[in-house]
Amino acid sequence: MFASLSRTAIPRTSTRCFSASARSSAEVNAAVFLEDKAGELVPAAANAVTAAKKLGGKVTGILIGKDEASLEKAIAMSRKLGLDNLLVRHAAALEHALAEPTAPVLAELIKKNGFTHLAGPHSALGKNIFPRVAGLLDVQQISDVMSIQDADTFTRPVYAGNAISTVRSKDAIKLFTARASTWEPAQPTESECSVDVAAAENVGPGASTLAAWISEELVKSERPDLSSAPTVVSGGRGVKSKESFDSTIIPLADVLGAAIGASRAAVDSGYADNSLQVGQTGKVIAPALYIAVGISGAIQHLAGMKDSKTIVAINKDADAPIFQVADVGLVADLFEAVPELVKKIEAAKK
Amino acid sequence: MRPTAPNWLKLLVPVKRTVDYAVKIRVGPKGVETKGRHDGLNPFDEIAVEEAVRLREKAKEAIEKITVVSIGPAKASEVLRTALAMGADDAIHVETKEDDVVEPLAVARALKALVGQESPDLVIMGKQAIDDDSSQVGGMLAGMLGWPQANFASEVDLDTAAKTVTVSREIDGGLETLKMSLPAIITTDLRLNQPRYASLPNIMKAKKKPLKKMKPEELQADFTPRLEQVDVKAPPPRKGGAKVESVDEVVAKLKEAGVL
Repeated sequence: MFASLSRTAIPRTSTRCFSASARSSAEVNAAVFLEDKAGELVPAAANAVTAAKKLGGKVTGILIGKDEASLEKAIAMSRKLGLDNLLVRHAAALEHALAEPTAPVLAELIKKNGFTHLAGPHSALGKNIFPRVAGLLDVQQISDVMSIQDADTFTRPVYAGNAISTVRSKDAIKLFTARASTWEPAQPTESECSVDVAAAENVGPGASTLAAWISEELVKSERPDLSSAPTVVSGGRGVKSKESFDSTIIPLADVLGAAIGASRAAVDSGYADNSLQVGQTGKVIAPALYIAVGISGAIQHLAGMKDSKTIVAINKDADAPIFQVADVGLVADLFEAVPELVKKIEAAKK
Repeated sequence: MRPTAPNWLKLLVPVKRTVDYAVKIRVGPKGVETKGRHDGLNPFDEIAVEEAVRLREKAKEAIEKITVVSIGPAKASEVLRTALAMGADDAIHVETKEDDVVEPLAVARALKALVGQESPDLVIMGKQAIDDDSSQVGGMLAGMLGWPQANFASEVDLDTAAKTVTVSREIDGGLETLKMSLPAIITTDLRLNQPRYASLPNIMKAKKKPLKKMKPEELQADFTPRLEQVDVKAPPPRKGGAKVESVDEVVAKLKEAGVL
């Protein structure tokens, strides 16, 4: 049934695209789960592709969604990521990427195609789906991979990034999520890889009534996405209220074209939305510039931003731990310093 | 007439003993130093215990029992007592050897075996342990059991009569709401609730609550690690600490860094 639907609509190129990765490790046959949102690939998908290519073998992309129309753009983007192959699986049950129908599709595709590795982003979606796939395949997943030594050996942070652990996997199938901030995104290539819908047909999902999607509430924002922005301005408890968060942090972010972040204290006090939290329990980011305003620098917060290239801290407490990691530290009252900084940046840009 | 079967629900809450979240860990030549360190209940698991107790406070008649379980060395029974003092009814301690590495996969397998014994209707656990930071056990167990899952919950609404649970979960960019039929698995995010402190009388009472000890072999689950630890290092230190005197210097440094 699905076969007749999907065979016709997506044009396929007959040529296989060139892969930049070395072919020395003949045994590596990697796949990468390409996360999409509202029809487009999320930025972290391109970082996961880079991690998968590091393994040194063939890399097949896997796209999963509701129907062809909703995946059209994501397919076009995926074809240019320098992949060797692209598998597309769509079915009505796969809408919203619920873990219950999606995980079996991935698990079956791995078995059917003999993939040795499955990579994906360490995003909320990757963290939701990958462990379920691991449970189905009975393998020990490796989360939040920062670097890859060889096809079996992976490095990842533990203890909120205060220790770096290197592990060698004995599993036949290596399932891992890649930390977006430590992998460069795969750059679009001239050549395009072929799309194979047929190879993913009739692979899961079973009829599932286990969980139903009810609704979604997304924070609308014109700003760059927090996890991929080159510049991030974050506010903490020191900002004191939602009003002053809006009147200090937002103008500074605007003048720098930056994404907005927040510490847990700011989120819990209602100054900013949950999804803006930077830290062990929020997002882990590594922008070129991170400006921490009124943030003391607790271990959990540092876990989310200490890989930033340049860290600027503005805090009135000279002993705040944030100054131990900041490249540029200014001990000052943020309510005076931030407006002044905004003015001077504006002047400097002219 | 025959009485109707009791429509009671059982809750299972897996908990882990981890380093206290405020402790700055030290990495020695043999990895992370654990001797003499202050350890406690994993913060996300504390939220899971709290949620289980709150669900029962809301639906007193409908929830039969809250069982907490921990897999770990002898000292893990301390965190089970903490959970009992918060309001759980009984505890199971699967006692492993002090130096045994128990990976998330092994924990998920052990929990699968325990689910078989205890037949809970809802398993609530933390979204991740703050030592290993894997965030895997909930999803693995759900996959093994074929149960629905709601990870990173920030709101839980249990309908005991219909045996369904509606969960708001934190996703990138906002919130998503799911409805699941029981039995199901929920992992807790920070925003779900504010865990209570155990009162002294409750701590005393918790000492008398049943705590069953089990050996890993009794579960017939394979605990063999799949990952070999190659090394554990401290992360490269940052060269921070340089303070400037004025906003002008901040602007100058930003120019230097090439962001202006």
